[in-house]
Amino acid sequence: MTLTEWWEFFLPYIPGFLYASWLVLVLTILIILVSWIFGLAAALARASDIAVLRQIAIFYIWFVRGTPALIQIFIIYFGLPALGLQLSPFTAGVLALGINSGAYVAEIIRAGLSAIPRGQMESSMALGMGRRHIMARIILPQVVRIILPAMTNEAISTLKNTSLLSTITVVELTLYAQTIIATTFRPFEFYIATALLYLVLTTLLTRLSAWAERRNARYV
Amino acid sequence: MSETKPLLSIRELSKSFGPIEVLKNISLDVHAGEVVSVIGASGSGKSTFLRCINVLERPNSGFLDFDRFAFDFRPGSRAAPSADDLKALRARIGMVFQSYNLWPHMTVLENVIEAPIRVRGMPRAEAVDLATTLLARIGLAEKRDSYPNRLSGGQQQRVAIVRALAMQPQLMLFDEVTSALDPELVGEVLSLMADLAAEGMTMLLVTHEIGFAREVSTRTVFFDRGVIGEDGPPSEVLRHPNSERLRQFLSRILHEGLAASAHGAAEGATP
Repeated sequence: MTLTEWWEFFLPYIPGFLYASWLVLVLTILIILVSWIFGLAAALARASDIAVLRQIAIFYIWFVRGTPALIQIFIIYFGLPALGLQLSPFTAGVLALGINSGAYVAEIIRAGLSAIPRGQMESSMALGMGRRHIMARIILPQVVRIILPAMTNEAISTLKNTSLLSTITVVELTLYAQTIIATTFRPFEFYIATALLYLVLTTLLTRLSAWAERRNARYV
Repeated sequence: MSETKPLLSIRELSKSFGPIEVLKNISLDVHAGEVVSVIGASGSGKSTFLRCINVLERPNSGFLDFDRFAFDFRPGSRAAPSADDLKALRARIGMVFQSYNLWPHMTVLENVIEAPIRVRGMPRAEAVDLATTLLARIGLAEKRDSYPNRLSGGQQQRVAIVRALAMQPQLMLFDEVTSALDPELVGEVLSLMADLAAEGMTMLLVTHEIGFAREVSTRTVFFDRGVIGEDGPPSEVLRHPNSERLRQFLSRILHEGLAASAHGAAEGATP
């Protein structure tokens, strides 16, 4: 095929690919938000004085990290209806991957918290500051800087994991490519195109994080 | 002086870490304007004592009176301090640590104004004015927008002192504030503390700087294995120790000091 023929061949699928890429981005952002909620809650629960909360957090992290993400997606999408909870593929996907990523985020936050010297908490307490104030203004801003690289890796994993949602009929990039390939019989071209689109998205994420790190590096 | 009510009064204070009794029935009064140096070997309980005064360590038993606060730490007491009591107490007692503990993600100015604004409710403009005045006093006005990592250890420690002073405390606690500093930076921190003492700030300082204790403090307390071994004017306690334990301690400190300066001289001699 000449270049022009290539272009004409691909042209009809470009809007679909762009839309599917957009969906991957939206999924990723929503999943990251859910994972922060679960992750922060689990990290704080693990550091809590209340034994039950600690145990729940430990169980959550152990279960999620010890089972495949695909099985977790199936439990939420195919399993929960048995309990009377039928979620749309999109919602089930965001929830499942959010819960999955949350366990890793919890461990990242825990490592970040333990990297802050004890003196930071003490010197703040000695000035009459309350725990919530200290967390919000002194500890967490420092934790964010420390965990940014690890959180970026986690976000990139999350983005790539959205391809698992093709198995529960969320028409994101992977499922869109499969659908086209089923009619065109051109797996090589379309899977390469799909891979390139994922690459663009993960590169964007890496750039965004590098920018945030530079912005935060003023006091390092 | 002893006629007036003391600013800080501690009675029968005890503190254990597990089975180890670190403080045994300590009683001590500090009057406004006094500068009390606390000396003693490591493990004698002097730092723990300081940390009990602003309740960074919670005593197992005993009484603490400070200004309008009266706390009873005996188990089951009704006058045990609440979390809000502790915040209010700490807002009036400044503390400076060995490791400075400035907040690395905030500029010097932000370090100094954070607590006055958010704990004392001072208007921002007023807090900035106060901080600027204090920083100018220690010659660091031009560093106000720098982050702490751009400052030397001595500068960081002086900013830490200013951060505590910005809360306008009635009492300052200094916990071995020069121990982490390079020898050539100790002087600038001690001279700031001497200035504060001369202005009448009430101070309690745990220190290994015996010369500083002798010249600046109005009173020296020797901690020995969790009890107060000696207590009196520094001229007496440091020049004419009553106990063998204090004599031993002072001679050890003196030798360490000599060894350190000899080491420093040797280092200086070899470029």
